[in-house]
Amino acid sequence: MNLGALSLLDQAVLVLAAMALFSAFALLAQSRLLAAIHVFAWQGALVAAVAALTGAASGDVNLYISAAITFVLKVLLIPWMLHRLVRRLALERQSDPLPYPALTLLAGAAIVVFADWVAAPVAQFEHSATRNVIAISLAIVLLGMLTMVVRRQALAQVLGFMAIENGLFLAAVASTHGMPLVVELGVAFDVLVAMVLFGVFFLQIKDSIDTLDIDRLSQLSASVEQDEATEAQR
Amino acid sequence: MNPAALSLPLAEAAVLAALASAAAGLVAARWPRALSWLAFPLLGLAGACALAAGIDALWCGAAQTATLPLGLPWLPWQIAVDPLSGVFLLILGAVLLPVAVYGPGYAREFRNGRDSLAHLGVFTGLFVAGMLGVLLAADAFLFMVAWELMSLASYFLVCFQHEHADNRRAAFLYLLLAHVAGLLILLSFGVLAAAGGGFSFAAMRAAHPDALWAAIAFALALAGFGAKAGLAPLHVWLPEAHPAAPSHISALLSAVMLKVALYGFLRVVFDLIGAPQWGFGVTLVIVGAASAVLGVLLALQQSDLKRLLAYSSIENMGIIFLALGLAQIFQAAGHPTLAALALLAALYQALNHALLKGLLFLGAGAVLHGAHVRSLDRLGGLLRRMPRTGWMFLIGCLGMAAVPPLNGFVSEWLTFQAALQAWQLHDSLLRILVPLAAAALALTAALAATVFVRAFGVGFLGRARSRSARHAHEVSGGMLAGQALLVVGIAVAALLPGSVLGLLARAAVQLTGHAPAASGWLWLTPLDPASASYAPLPILAVLLVVGALGVTLLRPHRGAPVRRADPWDCGFAPPTPQMQYSAAGFAQPQRRVFAPAYALHEEAGVDRYELTASDRTWGRLYRPLGALTDRAADLARRAQAGHVRRYLAWSLITLLVLLWIVS
Repeated sequence: MNLGALSLLDQAVLVLAAMALFSAFALLAQSRLLAAIHVFAWQGALVAAVAALTGAASGDVNLYISAAITFVLKVLLIPWMLHRLVRRLALERQSDPLPYPALTLLAGAAIVVFADWVAAPVAQFEHSATRNVIAISLAIVLLGMLTMVVRRQALAQVLGFMAIENGLFLAAVASTHGMPLVVELGVAFDVLVAMVLFGVFFLQIKDSIDTLDIDRLSQLSASVEQDEATEAQR
Repeated sequence: MNPAALSLPLAEAAVLAALASAAAGLVAARWPRALSWLAFPLLGLAGACALAAGIDALWCGAAQTATLPLGLPWLPWQIAVDPLSGVFLLILGAVLLPVAVYGPGYAREFRNGRDSLAHLGVFTGLFVAGMLGVLLAADAFLFMVAWELMSLASYFLVCFQHEHADNRRAAFLYLLLAHVAGLLILLSFGVLAAAGGGFSFAAMRAAHPDALWAAIAFALALAGFGAKAGLAPLHVWLPEAHPAAPSHISALLSAVMLKVALYGFLRVVFDLIGAPQWGFGVTLVIVGAASAVLGVLLALQQSDLKRLLAYSSIENMGIIFLALGLAQIFQAAGHPTLAALALLAALYQALNHALLKGLLFLGAGAVLHGAHVRSLDRLGGLLRRMPRTGWMFLIGCLGMAAVPPLNGFVSEWLTFQAALQAWQLHDSLLRILVPLAAAALALTAALAATVFVRAFGVGFLGRARSRSARHAHEVSGGMLAGQALLVVGIAVAALLPGSVLGLLARAAVQLTGHAPAASGWLWLTPLDPASASYAPLPILAVLLVVGALGVTLLRPHRGAPVRRADPWDCGFAPPTPQMQYSAAGFAQPQRRVFAPAYALHEEAGVDRYELTASDRTWGRLYRPLGALTDRAADLARRAQAGHVRRYLAWSLITLLVLLWIVS
């Protein structure tokens, strides 16, 4: 692929998308919650910038609005809410190291290769900048899921979930030059509501079982096992 | 009014009476007397209506259909009464009526117990209504609804005395197999409905699925209805469930519900699938012969009276399916008259088994009621304490042992007559297989005679083996009347086989298009007088004359001095009841000969000897199957650990695999 053949705007979009992918890796490996929230805010800023640049390239006013909404939500509002949540839950100093960091990052790299391979057929009918951005956004989605799988902290899972949303937004912007504004507004609102719900939920969970470790939330099936154990004793 | 139009209204009245009986059962929660004075009489009414409907349907020989304003909007329920369902309505009525007479006396025992009378009343009514619904249904949808009603209601009846863990286990096993059977039957109807383009039996009958789909429908129906009818190796629920239920319910389960399963099988295989195939017949003959031999061998080793009767039911269902297999073979080979004969033998065997097993289960209930034990090792000498029950039990035993002039002999004799015509077949394999099946049938008949000699001899003759047997008392008039009604039915079926067969022949005509040679009321001539004839009344007359002569000649003259003295006892101590033949000892020779058929477990101590001869299918089939299921469940549970992250990992992996597939 000849990057020099692309327009400057396209090259800028590619650079920004690549940085978003890097931020997804950072999100996967960052064990300190506050730092992870900052990484997430940076990722949101990068995605918003991609939207704004694409808007500049296509001259579509809707994309500017999308970029503005994304910036406000994902760079300012949601990180601020997460910050507040962390402070209220007194988790500032808690770290949540990965069990197998090297293995996890290798799996992330494999996912990126896989995403590139999956996106390869798109190249036949799109120009190459879009193709790369689609591959990257798919990788961000899958890395977000991987984050949710490997992180035990419930707040880190929220970050993974939001990263998935970032990846989807990036794909939408890159491939179709933005979703219709109504859809965009709806999705943004959904994410906001999800964030509020998560916040309420976590406060309740913390209140009732005094932990946000996801692995401790399997008490229901554990109680079934206890029943079986007593049944076997009988 | 035209008598031909009566059978359907009568059958509908029977269903309504059964439902009313269920409603009356609810009242029994407040007023226990409602069970005896309302619920059971309504059941009796249902039985009488079903009996009349069955006789009318057979008498007229034409089918009547109707559409009910119930069911799904595009699939209204259709009902029909034709000679085939008439046979089974007759069986249901003939057993239900005596059970309703017997029931109040038997249920009085529960009035002071912990068991809920409302439970008994409601589910008995629903059970009967379900069985009637199965017989009346003319579309697969109503059939399955009624079938499941029957299965579920009978589950609640089996777990009636649920405070015993054994009963709960039996009921669970029953429920499990009933569900598997229901699923298989549903699939079988699915195959037929796909071929016929509709759920009504008329549409299925009109369509002719190709041989492969017909074979699939047949296999599903055989497994589904066979599990319910107690064919080996799906019979395991039967010897558990029948003893667990109250005795009059056991009588209904064994005498009627197994026949309803038989009806379903006949309806699907002989009526709906259409074209007969010799492969079906061979399968039926093999499965039937295996069930008959296995059932009778296990019946021989049981010491629990009701379990013994339950295993004997397996044997009888085996004989019936063997006869059905013969019918299928002859039909496929182009001998419709012989097919009609075999089918008739099967139907007659079904009727006889219903009457006899109903009587024997009611008798076992009377023994349980009078002596409070049902293990043969604790009974003995009951003929003196309970003479009326004892004599009626003897009649049932003679009938099950197929001794002429009783009815059990007639149907087995007819089955043999059909099997002995195997020389008319062209296929050499079949000409070998059918006589082999007949030999298995002969073995079964001989062993069945041993089973019932043992049951009667150990239970009713000799001396009491326990305190409770010594203090047994005769049961109340209602319970005796119920058994006596069945004895009347047995007498009709035994002494007038020509007339009964004349009625049943309508069903054979419906299914095979032919009837065996006409026979008069006195002489029964299934094929032609040159091959075989049978007349029970002269046999009975001869037996009576010989018996009367013997009694007169051997009885001491009146006035002759009677000397009373101790018999010579060889110088040993006077015999105790423990020195009699025990139930286990009586069956010891057969246990030695047929040892490979049993899973024997013997334990001998200084003053005790315990023996259990149980079913090998448990160890060979069900335990491995259960272990396999457990292992599969363990694997599934490892994935279903309840860890959020693990579920997330599964969704990620699924996503990756799907992406890999689409790209």
